[in-house]
Amino acid sequence: MKRYMAVWFRHLAADRLALRYPGLRQQPFVLVAPERGRIVIRSVSREAGQLGILPGTVLADARAVYPDLLYYDEDPSQDKLLASLAIWCYRFTPITGIDGPDGLILDISGCTHLWGGEEAYFESIVTRLQAGGYHVRAAIADTMAAAWAVARYGTTHPVIAPGGQAAVMRDLPPEALRLEMPVIDRLRKLGLTQTGLFMDMPPAVLRRRFGQQVLERLGKVLGTLPELLVPVQPPDPYVERLPCFDPIRTAPGIELAIRKLLEMICQRLQQEEKGLRKARLVCYRTDGGLQQVEIGTNSPVRNLEHLSRLFELKIDTIEPDLGIELFVMEAPVVEGLTTQQERLWDLDTCGKKDAVTKLLDRLESRIGAAAIHRYLPEEHHWPERSVRQTTDVHEAAAVAWPEHLIRPVSLLGAPVRIEVSAPIPDYPPMLFIHKGKIHKVVKADGPERIEREWWIEKGLQRDYYQVEDEEGGRYWLFRSGHYGEHKPEWFIHGYFA
Amino acid sequence: MKQSAERNEVIARLRGEILSSGGTVFSSHSNDHPDLGPLNMAFPGHCFPFRGTHEFISHNSETAAATLGFMAGLLSRIMKGPEMAVWVSVHRTLFPPGLKTFCIVPDRIIFIDLVSEKEMLWVVEECLKCNALAAVVGEVPDIHPIALRRLQLAIEKSGVPCLLHRHRPRSVENTVCTTRWMITPVASLMDEGLPGVGYPQWQVALLKVRNGKPGNWRLTWDGQQFQLGSTERMEEQNIYTKAG
Repeated sequence: MKRYMAVWFRHLAADRLALRYPGLRQQPFVLVAPERGRIVIRSVSREAGQLGILPGTVLADARAVYPDLLYYDEDPSQDKLLASLAIWCYRFTPITGIDGPDGLILDISGCTHLWGGEEAYFESIVTRLQAGGYHVRAAIADTMAAAWAVARYGTTHPVIAPGGQAAVMRDLPPEALRLEMPVIDRLRKLGLTQTGLFMDMPPAVLRRRFGQQVLERLGKVLGTLPELLVPVQPPDPYVERLPCFDPIRTAPGIELAIRKLLEMICQRLQQEEKGLRKARLVCYRTDGGLQQVEIGTNSPVRNLEHLSRLFELKIDTIEPDLGIELFVMEAPVVEGLTTQQERLWDLDTCGKKDAVTKLLDRLESRIGAAAIHRYLPEEHHWPERSVRQTTDVHEAAAVAWPEHLIRPVSLLGAPVRIEVSAPIPDYPPMLFIHKGKIHKVVKADGPERIEREWWIEKGLQRDYYQVEDEEGGRYWLFRSGHYGEHKPEWFIHGYFA
Repeated sequence: MKQSAERNEVIARLRGEILSSGGTVFSSHSNDHPDLGPLNMAFPGHCFPFRGTHEFISHNSETAAATLGFMAGLLSRIMKGPEMAVWVSVHRTLFPPGLKTFCIVPDRIIFIDLVSEKEMLWVVEECLKCNALAAVVGEVPDIHPIALRRLQLAIEKSGVPCLLHRHRPRSVENTVCTTRWMITPVASLMDEGLPGVGYPQWQVALLKVRNGKPGNWRLTWDGQQFQLGSTERMEEQNIYTKAG
């Protein structure tokens, strides 16, 4: 679900001037521009606004009431300022847009949890902008129009819960719908001073009396009609397209298309010193069907040969059916890869590590990354926790493998209960029954007591014994708990070579 | 007489040619070949033809553990360089820290745990094609002779040895593997009168070896290398006492 935040800079131009000339802070002043032969006030500072001076007043009128009112010429580069603020907001969300002469719209879907929720996110943006010297009001809602309305006309809490925009809009004046002045005038004339009064009227009536625009604006506020956010910096994804004149149906054709697309992507990656970690090929078929294949790599790559080999493994999963008319290659995950790194990489082609990485890339594309791993030692004695899985081929062990611990070569997934007869407490058993077979213990070593780490989980400790039966089988058994305190239970946990 | 001597010479030369062209890859340096201690005599040219497929057959959990131990010992002889090895399996029971006993650093092995056996042979074959690996271990109960032949062809190109652990195979048919082994655990080796479990000891049966002599030994792993086990040592001693 989408969430939007609207930020309204109430005195943007005046704030900007006050930032440049700190002497103007806390002073009533106005910005003016000539209009139809008169000097008209374009924007006011907060203090001037409190005096009752409104934008649009003729300067001479205002000076008649406040003779010592300061006034300055308007700076025409206000749009640039707003754009730079929108780019500044990139630290909060990747999609920011300019809305009107004095507002920003942020697409905050999926960003707020990084600040610990919408409230904290909201606070963070507003306080930072205010600390920067801007007077702002903001709101968060499901739709851009609702956020815009609440930021400017809202009287309640500015973070509107998901789905709550309809209830909030009821109390707002018709201006909150961003209608044209004549329409608002007509609404007010009929006594419809709150949106709630006409929101539920039949659409046909609204259209006939107030025009299509009212319906459109209402739809955008409530979320029934879509509204487009034009980002300041459009995201520039790594996407290449290859439309085909004739539908492609054969494997060599697809291979050629993949190579061509990869060439284009690799060229761009080369310019930007990046390498891809994941690439996706989407094939649009003539019958409207979609075919998708995806590859992943263990390290950033922009080597054409290697990438096309990875895709080659997947070609037979593509069903061209009647033919493919458009190939689209995307690289959703890219990482930095400097030219120097790449050169090293090339030199290392005769090296072993690189060959192994390439092999694993190839395997991964077919069996999935989850299947491939290595084990590194962990500083735990508890057998299940003594190793850590890693998917990194080059990661070195942080600690050494324990030297003198005797561990079985084969470990059961989970310990299995066994029946034993132990002559004396704290001695290895004389015999044990596992899977219905009686094993007579001939030799035994132990115990090795391993405590359960109380800071991780609670439970009984284990006393491990290494035993050998009369047939030469060697087992790793343990007793869970003390004699006396608990009723001890015996388990088999592994086999020695 | 002279003729037969010539003939023997020709036969010996031809045998050598057959050996080197018969899929068994011999390197020019005998140092490259892993030293299996007492087992060396069974192999052609007295060195273990490790660049090939080796089958290890086990029928229950105890023999599987013994087999894993023997394979680990063998792997440690093969992994002398800095290369890594790959361990491919479906239901893996191998506990990486347990490899430490057999002189293998467990983080030098890349484990590939598959969900089904369907991809197994493809993965093993892909790995065998990569000559940057020291060895590939596959745990697969049954393997089709044609699939094994494919693996053998991959090995002939790359020279990467392949160890196949066949746990509970449906049948042990006559495949083209280089060697086939069966390992069963026997009572561990401990000095007389001392309590506790000693060095692991196995009855090692070499069921098949191409161009070599199959045999049966009692072997033990003394923490560093393979050694002859207890009974054989006794027999040796007996021989010496008799001779003495």
